[in-house]
Amino acid sequence: MSGLGATLLSSALSIVMATVLGVLLGVALTYGWIGLRLAARLYVDVLRGIPLLVLILFTYYGLALFGVNVSAFWAGVIALGGFATAHVAENFRGAVSSIPSGQMEAAKSIGLPFVNRLRYVVLPQAFRRMLPPWVNTALEIVKGTTLLSIIGVVELLLASQQAMARNYMIIDFYLFTGLVYVAINFTLSRIGARLERRFTFARS
Amino acid sequence: MTDPILLQARGVTKSFGGVNVLKGIDLDVLQGQVVSLIGASGSGKTTFLRCVNLLEEHDGGEILLDGEPIGYRDQGGRRVRLSEARVSAQRARIGMVFQQFNLFPHLTASGNVTLGLTKVLGKSKAEAQEIAEHWLDRVGLSAHSARHPYELSGGQQQRVAIARAVAMQPRLLLFDEVTSALDPELVAEVLTVMRSLAESGMTMLLVSHEMLFVREVSDHVLFLEQGRVAVEGPPSQVFDQPENERLRSFLGRFHGLFGASSA
Ligand SMILES: Nc1ncnc2c1ncn2[C@@H]1O[C@H](COP(=O)(O)OP(=O)(O)OP(=O)(O)O)[C@@H](O)[C@H]1O
Ligand SMILES: [Mg+2]
Repeated sequence: MSGLGATLLSSALSIVMATVLGVLLGVALTYGWIGLRLAARLYVDVLRGIPLLVLILFTYYGLALFGVNVSAFWAGVIALGGFATAHVAENFRGAVSSIPSGQMEAAKSIGLPFVNRLRYVVLPQAFRRMLPPWVNTALEIVKGTTLLSIIGVVELLLASQQAMARNYMIIDFYLFTGLVYVAINFTLSRIGARLERRFTFARS
Repeated sequence: MTDPILLQARGVTKSFGGVNVLKGIDLDVLQGQVVSLIGASGSGKTTFLRCVNLLEEHDGGEILLDGEPIGYRDQGGRRVRLSEARVSAQRARIGMVFQQFNLFPHLTASGNVTLGLTKVLGKSKAEAQEIAEHWLDRVGLSAHSARHPYELSGGQQQRVAIARAVAMQPRLLLFDEVTSALDPELVAEVLTVMRSLAESGMTMLLVSHEMLFVREVSDHVLFLEQGRVAVEGPPSQVFDQPENERLRSFLGRFHGLFGASSA
């Protein structure tokens, strides 16, 4: 089971990073002045268009090229988190645009300034709508951590492969490793479903 | 003694993509008055209300609330837009009730009312709660304060929306066809609430197709036609002896309720 820690930690860090940055980028994408909006749009489209493996390799070798010294683990987290940030941002924009414009107008009409309109009226409704795609992104990240083995992060998959090399029980190890991913992701989607029920405020 | 002018519009213009929707609206609302806008679809009634509440920016002319220009300030003869904070502060002094209610679906009835009280007026939770209970009671919904909008009928939702607006103690309340989205049997309960607000001295500017109600509660009525005030006067004059041909035919559409036309 060595490697499980690295898988969980890199997943968790990437998910947290993507959630925080993704919402901020989503706000820029939705409400930013034109220059900011275009920059955000460019980031989202580019990052969503690059294969994750290419992005990981690019980050790992690219950062080194620019003299930024980070471990393979952190390069991996940055790549995964940066990738998922684009997805979260786009999901946020979609969620916000599905909120009727009357919500923002009602919030304006009681005198709420912009930041409070976001905080108390738009975000609570956007989060509820974002939850299902957010869970999907999280599942993709967990699975995506296997790609970090390429740059030498000893996460669950690479650790299992190393154990296999010693034991030759190939099928058993892959089966076991696969099941661990399923277990992690099953837990994640249960949490997602729970949150969804918790935040349901309308028949839909 | 005459009541002070609360809202004053002078030559207000507004266009959307080159189409002039408001072509110079003049209007005064005195403190405590109920003033109504009537007119055909597309005549600019909603647009005017939205300019007053700064949901749209008017292009020309001025709108004064208690003598203070709305949305702009004058800087050496130039119109300068007010900051977001100032705009929000002005909006807080004007309440608006919408055709589609626009209640916040993630908040309870009471949460809808308290949001502005705590986050805009800075009242404590307890005080806001008390005010919300008071107004929900005034609109006949004290038993429903813990319900979410989806658990309420359209008429109940609209009454919560009225409570949300009036609880902010605005100087002026705007109503834009607030009964148009309701089933006919739910209209009366909302009009009753509006009537009681008018009687309590609330200053109101309303757009409505409920002509009998408009005639009953209004101190002054303006008939808008293609972005201009075509006719205005006390309701008795506007409804009972309309001289303007267009107004006569407009009123005639309301089942011949009014003397001048039998159409
Ligand atoms: N955001 C907008 N963009 C472009 N045109 C608009 C916009 N809002 C309103 N208009 C146009 O302005 C004109 C006046 O619209 P407005 O909604 O003010 O009319 P109204 O008198 O309220 O009509 P109704 O009785 O149907 O509600 C219409 O021709 C409408 O199409
Ligand atoms: Mg209208």
